[in-house]
Amino acid sequence: MSLSLHSITQQKGIPIAEATRRIADLGWTPTYVKEAMTFPTDYKISKHPKDPMKQVLRSYFPMQEEKDNRVYGALDAALRGDMFRNVEQRWVEWMKLFLAIIPFPEISAARSMAMLGRLAPGDELRTGFTMQMVDEFRHSTIQMNLKKWYMENYIDPAGFDITEAAFGKCYATTIGRQFGEAFLTGDAVTAANIYLQVVAESAFTNTLFVAMPSEAARNGDYALPTVFLSVQSDESRHIGNGHSFLMSVLNNPDNHLLLERDIRYAFWQNHGIVDAAVGTIVEYGTKHRDKKKESYAELWHRWIYEDYYRTYMLPLEKYGIKIHHDDVHAAWDRIVKEGYVHKVAQFFSAGWWANFWRLEGLDEYDFEWFEYKYPGWYNEYGAWWENYRKLSKPGSVPITFADTGYVYPHRCWSNLVPCVIRDQFTTDVVDGELYTYGHEIDRWTHKEAFAGEYQGRPTPAMGRFSGKRQWEELYDGWDVADAIKDMGFVRPDGKTLMAQPHLSLEEKDMWTLDHVRGYTIKAPIKILRDLSPADREKHIADYKKGFTIKRL
Amino acid sequence: MNIQVKVDEDVSGAAGAKTFPGSDSRRYNYFEPKGRKATHYEDVTVDVQPDPERYLAQGWIIAFANGDPTYSKDWTKVKSSNWHAYRAPDQEWERTHYQRQSTIIGTTQNIIQNGRRSGAPDRFDKQWVKILQDHLGAYKHVEYGLGTALMHAQRLGYTQMVNNVLLTNCSYKIRFAQDITLYLGELNLDLPALDLSAGKTHWLEDPLWQDARAAVEGVMGTNDYIEQTLATNVCIEPLICELFRSGFIMQDAAAQNDFITPSVIAAGEADYERNLVNCVELLSMLVADPAHGAENRSILTNWLQEHGGRALAAARQLQPLWSLPVNKRARFDEVLAVQLARVDSITTAIGLDPLAR
Repeated sequence: MSLSLHSITQQKGIPIAEATRRIADLGWTPTYVKEAMTFPTDYKISKHPKDPMKQVLRSYFPMQEEKDNRVYGALDAALRGDMFRNVEQRWVEWMKLFLAIIPFPEISAARSMAMLGRLAPGDELRTGFTMQMVDEFRHSTIQMNLKKWYMENYIDPAGFDITEAAFGKCYATTIGRQFGEAFLTGDAVTAANIYLQVVAESAFTNTLFVAMPSEAARNGDYALPTVFLSVQSDESRHIGNGHSFLMSVLNNPDNHLLLERDIRYAFWQNHGIVDAAVGTIVEYGTKHRDKKKESYAELWHRWIYEDYYRTYMLPLEKYGIKIHHDDVHAAWDRIVKEGYVHKVAQFFSAGWWANFWRLEGLDEYDFEWFEYKYPGWYNEYGAWWENYRKLSKPGSVPITFADTGYVYPHRCWSNLVPCVIRDQFTTDVVDGELYTYGHEIDRWTHKEAFAGEYQGRPTPAMGRFSGKRQWEELYDGWDVADAIKDMGFVRPDGKTLMAQPHLSLEEKDMWTLDHVRGYTIKAPIKILRDLSPADREKHIADYKKGFTIKRL
Repeated sequence: MNIQVKVDEDVSGAAGAKTFPGSDSRRYNYFEPKGRKATHYEDVTVDVQPDPERYLAQGWIIAFANGDPTYSKDWTKVKSSNWHAYRAPDQEWERTHYQRQSTIIGTTQNIIQNGRRSGAPDRFDKQWVKILQDHLGAYKHVEYGLGTALMHAQRLGYTQMVNNVLLTNCSYKIRFAQDITLYLGELNLDLPALDLSAGKTHWLEDPLWQDARAAVEGVMGTNDYIEQTLATNVCIEPLICELFRSGFIMQDAAAQNDFITPSVIAAGEADYERNLVNCVELLSMLVADPAHGAENRSILTNWLQEHGGRALAAARQLQPLWSLPVNKRARFDEVLAVQLARVDSITTAIGLDPLAR
């Protein structure tokens, strides 16, 4: 008989259920002073939410430290294994964008836990929210560390070195800001529970933190999977928090109308933002063209449609919540039939000079893969990418201004993604001002959901869209070179652009400010607003017809 | 057999494989480090929460219904000429936070396990056990209440650096509240007569603890995050928490045959040293502000007198505790004098007048 150390040292401990019950009993209802309620909501919550994970910080911190040890050990191993010698630069360049965005939504999620902490009665879930808060602090700083690591070890640090400044200036990161701000501004339940936990974390982190790391690994980058799969392992706790809170909200039928509104808004906007960004990076940032691997559309079907829609959203119907099945199908159609991801990637390449990363064009291997996965792709996009390659030499006309037939898109006022599916473009007047939208649901989001009243019910806590939402308006009438300089997207020599439409680092191949001088940025929304009603109608009709790319 | 791998340096993605404009720009260059070089903490923290006055060209793009943006300088009464100047002296980021929290938990668990294994709880003085049951049991709610207040506060600060110290402060307080809760639960395994619900009853009903509860609820009842950190770290920690932890438990426990509890409680003392230095750095920055220092000083002084006055009343209300142990060691008046001197040293460091007695 063998004797184990455990059998000698074993000691009776507190059962986990008892431990969580005791910890939940730490809270009390203040009687001397009313607890401050800073963050308003139109929801009413009377049912105590439960902590489904039954965890305590005593087990949480050592577990997380162990996860960290694995992450940092793997980063060290990646350097010892000379990972960057074989990494695909096309891939790492896109990380300049992705990692500029993602630490902000992460820390926003930490902050938003404050908004939920005091809303529900009882203290059981507060422990869950505390862990989520610390998790998100982990995610934000671990991602900043990863970005620093790329900056220090990857061949071209330009773009990583200005990362948080770039986040505040770039035409693309504004989309990520819409995502992050939506976690922590406006109605507390809408933002922190429905948008963040119920939709973003329960559905779209799968594409963000699982699909994308898989693609990173295929491109020789095993640092991103190491960090992000560790991040994703925390998400189950957040999904549990979100579902438990949702069940408390569902319990009151008065909340059902708001839930229907918010699930609709959150699902559609998550689709618009996450699919645009992650879809583009996964499909266009890769050099790996194995036809057996899943396309983004296939991944979406697995993670969003089968996993989330069928097993999470649909069951909510039994509680009396109206689920907008058509929206899910519309999102799916946009990805597989309308080329949403391809059109967003086309937009990114059209404005390559405004990026702070290098965006390589596509080659024949890419064409073949896209055609295999998305039949008809070459006919629609092939000429564009061939033009892009042709116009990648310095001295060429920047493709945005070349006579390709491409029409620079309007931007959606709701999710801030360009309105790339032209026949779904729509406009409306809100508070006397004309706005543009990528889809009817985006119009509904702005005009009906983000308002002080919803279907006759006062919603005084709902947020409002604000700020200078359209990047193009900031630089309307500016010379491209001046705009790039103003954004700070110039290399330390003061003239070479951070962005390049290729991956060559030969100085003769690199574009400078002089190469882009003489071209003027125009804000489409200003053009539209300045038109007479008749001309506006014609402009919209023409826009909706779309365009055909001419092969140069 | 020698296998030679030919690597085309032209396609290597490693740093240094090629020289070109920007190839050596390997530092985050958008903020001024506090020292000569940016620390790791600064690199992973500064500017992650953007500011329209720095790089956020489009401003905040969602607003609350009342017009407040996602973050607002108006969420505290005090003002700063540069909120971004603040750096947390403890330089905490996720890795150091988990390492520290995990180390504390490991140490605490070892102490409890080894103490229990040696049969120590059975040798505790019986009156002391009742004190732990009733009053350490009540005290854990002080820690929890402050933790929840700070969780609320970490949403409101104007920069990432400010919010992150509020977050780690919250994390330490909640962990410590749980440490005490679970410790008492474990004592209960060896001392079945220990009533685990007694602590909360004392917290809610015992006249001894009511001023302390009012002081903690005063922090939970404000929306001003600077007021919350001042009330927590300058008023309640020294006058209620340290007074109880260091001035009572840690001084008296050994005389009651208890070597476990002071070690468990010591973790809270160490947590506070970090939270305090973070808080002092922040408040002294505000008092020394070239444009708003005088006004800030006046606001902080008012908060100090309000929360400090409440905490001092609570401290005095706790005095009978020092008479409860069979083997008395600490004297309340001496301990309170030490803690008042502690408050004075803190207010001096910040640049505030002393707390009125």
